[in-house]
This record gives sequence, C-alpha cells and structure tokens, in this order.
Amino acid sequence: MTLLEMSGVTAAYGPVQALFGVDLALAEGEVVALMGRNGMGKTTTIRTLTRLLPASGGTIRFAGRDLAGLPAHRAAQLGLGLVPEGRRCFAPLSVAENLAVAARPGAWTLSGVTELFPRLGERLGQNARTLSGGEQQMLAIGRALLTNPRLLILDEATEGLAPLVRQEIWAAVRRLKSGGMSILLVDKSLRELAAVADRAVVLERGRSVWAGAMAALTPEVTDRYLGL
Amino acid sequence: MTREAALNAALFVALIGTALVAQALGEGFIITLATKAAIFALAGVGLNLVLGYGGLVSFGHAAFFGLGGYATGILASHAMSGVPVATLPFTLNGSTEMLAIWPLAIAASGLAALAIGALSLRTSGVYFIMVTLAFAQMIYYLAISWPAYGGEDGLSFYVRNTFPGLNTFDPIQFFAICAGLLAAALGLVAVLTRSRFGLALRAARQNESRVVAVGIRPYSIRLLAFMLSGMIVGLAGSLYADLNRFVSPAMLSWHMSGEIMVFVILGGVGRLFGPVAGALAYIALEHLLGGVSDYWQALLGLLLLAIVIYAPGGLIGLIAGRRHV
Repeated sequence: MTLLEMSGVTAAYGPVQALFGVDLALAEGEVVALMGRNGMGKTTTIRTLTRLLPASGGTIRFAGRDLAGLPAHRAAQLGLGLVPEGRRCFAPLSVAENLAVAARPGAWTLSGVTELFPRLGERLGQNARTLSGGEQQMLAIGRALLTNPRLLILDEATEGLAPLVRQEIWAAVRRLKSGGMSILLVDKSLRELAAVADRAVVLERGRSVWAGAMAALTPEVTDRYLGL
Repeated sequence: MTREAALNAALFVALIGTALVAQALGEGFIITLATKAAIFALAGVGLNLVLGYGGLVSFGHAAFFGLGGYATGILASHAMSGVPVATLPFTLNGSTEMLAIWPLAIAASGLAALAIGALSLRTSGVYFIMVTLAFAQMIYYLAISWPAYGGEDGLSFYVRNTFPGLNTFDPIQFFAICAGLLAAALGLVAVLTRSRFGLALRAARQNESRVVAVGIRPYSIRLLAFMLSGMIVGLAGSLYADLNRFVSPAMLSWHMSGEIMVFVILGGVGRLFGPVAGALAYIALEHLLGGVSDYWQALLGLLLLAIVIYAPGGLIGLIAGRRHV
C-alpha cells in the first residue's frame, strides 16, 4: 500500500524557485533513498513534505490524506517523524526530557529507544548539549521514534560523524527496517544506502530525474547524477 | 539535594524566618515588607513562566497585576456600598471574602491574558515586547479615565478582605496567606515545567521548527503559558491590593511591568526560585538604600547592569551555578 506519494511538487524560497517537479512514492514498510548532489533540493523536498515549507504546486498525499494546507504540526501528528539535518536536539533539556516532550502513545516507548541506542539509556539525566555528535543524532532519531511515526525521515543522519558512530547509526536503521518501519533516507554514502534502501529517487536541480530499485542504480546513473 | 535546591529552601526559610523574627520582636513594618516581598515574588513567579521558561519578553504584565488588584478593589468597594457590581446578565454582588475575590481576580486577569496573548503571540521579538506594552498601556489609560473607580486617584477600600479562620488584619496572618499562595504557585510552576507542556514550552524557546517537527504547535503552548502566567500575576495583584487596601492606576503602569521583570532578571531568568531571590533582594535594597538616598534606584540600575553582564543566571545562578551541570 502506498504510504507517501509526491507528484509534480514545486516549491520556492520567496522568489527563488527550488523545486521544479519532484515525484516520489513510498510504500508501507519500504526504505527509499533520496539522492542527489549538494544543492539539488533534497532538504527542500523534505521541508516541503513535512510542511515546514509550503508547496507551490503538485500534490503530496500521505497515509491517504492530501497534506495541502495542513499546518506542519498537524502533518507531524499524522505520522511524519522527521530527524532534521544537523542533529537538532533541544539543548537546554535533558536526554529524558528531549524524549518525553515528543512522545505520543504507540508501539515505541522509552525502553524501545534505549534498547536501540543503549548509550542514550546511560545518559538519560544528562543535558542534551553535553552529548557527543553521534549521541545527539541518536537522540534526534529516538525523539522522532517516540512520536510513533508511520514514516521516519532521516535527513543526512550520518553527516559529519566518526566512522564507528556512523556504523552504529546504520545498524540501527537496518534494525528499524527489519522491524517493518517505513523510512525515507537522505544521505550521500552510496555504499551504506545500497545496503539498506529498497529503492532510490535521484534529484537534479529540483527535479526527480531517476527512480527505481536500488539494484538498478548503475554506475552510469551514479556518475551522471551523483558525480561519484 | 542539589546546590540549587538547598539555596531555594534557604530562600524560603529566609522569607518565613524574617517574618517570624519580626513578629517576635514586634516589628510590624518588617512583616509588611516580607509580605510585600512574597507578593512581588508571586508576581515574578507568574512572569517567569513566560519570560524565563518560554523566552517571551512580556512588557505588559502590569495589566494582569492591576486587573487582579482592581477586581479586588471593585468587589470590596461594592460590598461596602451594597450596590451590586453588575446586574446583567446576572447579579454580581460585591464581596469582602478573599476566597470569593481570588477566583474572580484570577478569571479577570486570565481572560485578559488570553485575549492579549492571542494577539501578541502572533508577533515575536521586539514587536512582542511592544504589543504587550501597548495593551497594558491601553488598560492603564482606561483606568485613569474611568471615574467610577477613582480614575487617577485610585480606589481605597479601608478594610482588608477576610479569610475564614484568620484575622487578616494581623500582619503575620496576612503574611501567612501570601507566603502560602507563593509556595502553591512555586509548586505549580515546578510541576508544570517538568510536564510535557513545560518541556514543549522550554523546547519552543530554543527552536520553534523542531517543536513543530514533533507535532506540537508552539502557539497553543505559549498561549496557555501566557494565560497561566497572567492568572498568577493577577492573584499577586489581588493580594497587593489587600496589602495596601488601595488600588491605583500605578499598578497598571509600565513601571510596574518593568519592576516585575526586574525581580525575575535580578533573581535568575528561568530559575524556579529566581523571582523569590529577586523580590527579596529588591525589597531589601529598597529598605536599606531607600533610607540613604531617594535615588536608590540608580544603584539598583547599576546592580542590574552588573547582573546582566557578569551573571546572566541572576542571583540564583551566581550562588548555585549554571543549571543542569
């Protein structure tokens, strides 16, 4: 069953158009990678999808509902769990408070999150700003999970992290996938994406130019659009 | 017990202790000062909810302080004259019962806060400061130009309102009422700021869109905080009216808004007992320096400047260190 369907989505930052037609579909339980070079509209697509940026055209349907005109917090309540770019925790709050503020009833509970990221469990009373970068990322993911989302959106979740910590995050993403979580991933590391994503959508200059199974992502495609 | 918790306890003991020692020594005036400090602290606790935890710099909280005061004064004066306050849509008689006056004072200031908050929270930054100030000044000028309740001269009601089982004319008993309500408000704010609502309020202060991304609307959270804050400040205004048995437009003026803000900033923004420390220090300075010079507020200004520059955590931060070590 289709969980998310974006078709012909356009968006602009004031007078500057950033998205010129993004098509993206994601089925329940599927992991889709959103790829593209820097500045091609990946984060803008995420912002438009989560209604943080209004779409100027096209349609976004999520869980059978048209998101047009919906305020961002309502879209989040429908089950869009965003882990924003750059490890965005609530710095003045403790780890436990960061998690508690987001929690909505559902299958994910505090113990589920601390099982996924044992390091968070050890630091529940600690202030979020004192965490390492990797731990902050884990906290941001845990916070999104506690909203019990139907779709988890990870925007550059491993960017700027040490290799070992990246592996930990990727292992968690794989565990979430095997648990049946629907995930939309934005990342640059093709190798890790290939290991977890079912399908990929490639953006170029604000347009989706390629979509298909991860296995069909040939070197020609990656050369042309990702510059690898 | 953390250092801050110990300090908080010490502050409250100091407030109560001052009043008890003054009682033992027969220094009625000192008890009145302690009562004033407790009332100002209560107002500061109310403002701290939005200013400290919500990061919303309201420069119009005198409106709620004054409305609470006027509600008290108006009810008390009508009770004395025997004329109902209103006959439509229902008959509202005056009252000299604190337990009847408080809910009305809280409701009046809460409703005003709901209306003012609903409009001002659509703005932010310096516009928010200006809009809250503008609303407060509107109510201030309304009070000045409305002759029925004394206008510029204010409204006296001579007899302090009553509380069952207590003699409110005995300074120490009235102090007990004020200190009890301050403790209740502190307890309420302590619970609120640890609740999901309070966490969202603090989180929204840091970053609005991250709060939105977890499905919370910052506007609703802030409006609720603004209303609760106005209600607490309104209760403080009611007690202040009873302390002086007099209300005047001065309670509504922007000087009062600034003073409540000073209690919070002096004591520690976003610290539970910050306003208590601030109000105690303010009253102590007023009492000690006021005798030395009429211009004691210039010294207060210097102190405030030093606090803002060198100790942004206020007196609490200075003694107990930064929050969440």
